[in-house]
Amino acid sequence: MSTFPIEQIRADFPILGEKIRNKPLVYLDNAASCQKPQAVIDAIVHTYSREYANIHRGVHTLSVKATDKFEGAREKVRAFINAASTKEIIFVRGATEAINLVAQSYGHSQLKAGDEIVISAMEHHANIVPWQMLCQQTGTVLKVVPINQKGELMFDAFEQLLGEKTKLVAIAHMSNALGTINPVEKIVAAAHAKNIPVLLDGAQAIPHMPVDVRALDCDFYVFSGHKLYGPSGTGVLYGKQALLEAMPPYQGGGDMIRQVTFEKTTYAGLPQKFEAGTPAIAEIIGLGAAIDYVSAVGMANIAAYEAELLTYATEQARQIQGLNIIGQAEHKGGILSFTLDHIHPHDIGTMLDSLGIAVRAGHHCAMPVMDFYGVPATARASFAMYNTRQEIDILLQGIQSLIEVFG
Amino acid sequence: MFDELRDLYQEVIFDHNRNPRNFRIMEDANRRVDGFNPLCGDKLTLFLKINDNHVIDDASFQGSGCAISTASVSLMTEIIKGLSENEAEALFKQFHEMTTGKSEDINLEAIGKLAVLAGVREYPARVKCATLAWHTLDAALKNQLEAVSTE
Repeated sequence: MSTFPIEQIRADFPILGEKIRNKPLVYLDNAASCQKPQAVIDAIVHTYSREYANIHRGVHTLSVKATDKFEGAREKVRAFINAASTKEIIFVRGATEAINLVAQSYGHSQLKAGDEIVISAMEHHANIVPWQMLCQQTGTVLKVVPINQKGELMFDAFEQLLGEKTKLVAIAHMSNALGTINPVEKIVAAAHAKNIPVLLDGAQAIPHMPVDVRALDCDFYVFSGHKLYGPSGTGVLYGKQALLEAMPPYQGGGDMIRQVTFEKTTYAGLPQKFEAGTPAIAEIIGLGAAIDYVSAVGMANIAAYEAELLTYATEQARQIQGLNIIGQAEHKGGILSFTLDHIHPHDIGTMLDSLGIAVRAGHHCAMPVMDFYGVPATARASFAMYNTRQEIDILLQGIQSLIEVFG
Repeated sequence: MFDELRDLYQEVIFDHNRNPRNFRIMEDANRRVDGFNPLCGDKLTLFLKINDNHVIDDASFQGSGCAISTASVSLMTEIIKGLSENEAEALFKQFHEMTTGKSEDINLEAIGKLAVLAGVREYPARVKCATLAWHTLDAALKNQLEAVSTE
């Protein structure tokens, strides 16, 4: 822990110097969205103040510059997740849009009534609802892998669900509500043994651990920029080139065409085929800056540091009587989801806020997970690389005090 | 430690949260409406017995929610007993104006004990907690018996 440059990292995030209700901000809502380093903010400011124009079309200098930076960000994403080609990197608005894209494009072209899609009981709504919509449209059927009390995927049940009719598996790499890190290598191997493609929802995983899509051998991988210290409104769909080639466009419009007449349109190649309309140009350049930033710190270093934070937070939280940790998977990322006896998470959230501590209180867009544990909501502290043990101490002292107040 | 929150969490609110009044199923209710806040998962069922003269003879509730929403519905069931439907509807409007800060000159005397919930107007994220019970009441009074959602 001593080798991790925590002070330098904290200094790179201007918002961490802010005060909330006259107290230093303790930002522990990172699973919802992460704060931005100066390098990302500067990249956006620089683009808009010095190098902004629309991309891919202009012959003028600014357009060429903006296009270079934008496509440079695509190469940064490719290298970051070790994709084989930039053709496999589709820029979208976020992980949610990426899943909708796969559901609508891949789903409509490849799945038919009676086919089955396998998801898990710990999915975020973004990896449930697009599939439900597809099921309503096409008559495909959603199958749900159960989880155990610790919040782990029941792997035997998963394997049993894979059958002749299974045409797609869509599973979170890491759960936003529980912190569970799923055994994605095993999941992909089991599905591929039956020729079933796998989509991994990496929205929670990507900021916290190294991700290598070729090593994982997943068919699709999706994530959002805003959880990776990048701008909101940015996200990535990675897909194996052959799969993406075979899929029809998701949205029609500018930039995704080769030729348009009123009789017929031929589509652009990858990745433009899936990028209709003007994208979030400056923001995606900002996402490239975020990738540079986390790469310089090192994803393995970040993972190791956050694992220590989680261990410390969990040990300390277990000392508090009446605090129940929701989600105690063996392999878990930096998320401490909890309830307090006789105190509703909303009250926890407001009281901690008055101490400058930002946590999430609610169902975390994972209502089926809440149903499973029989709670309406949880309070969730989620850690990022800029959090410290001292901040965890402040959180836990705050929790102790509010237990006293509620008596 | 939580001095700033005294306006929001008054002792009356803690009291109603610990010991909610009229927390029971009413078998012979003639109005029964479910209220739900999908944002936080708060749920309540409001039971009313309204007589032929349009007076609320009895009110009770079941459900789970935070201290603010529990205190709000607990206080509400106490206060609306004996009110006519029109009086209860007028109280809903006053309460709504008080909690959303739409009117600065709320007659705190008329609104009585409910004034302890005036603090939520400073906490926009919590207004829905306080008003869920009242939106449910409004639906019950209008005989709109499908579930109410604050979204």
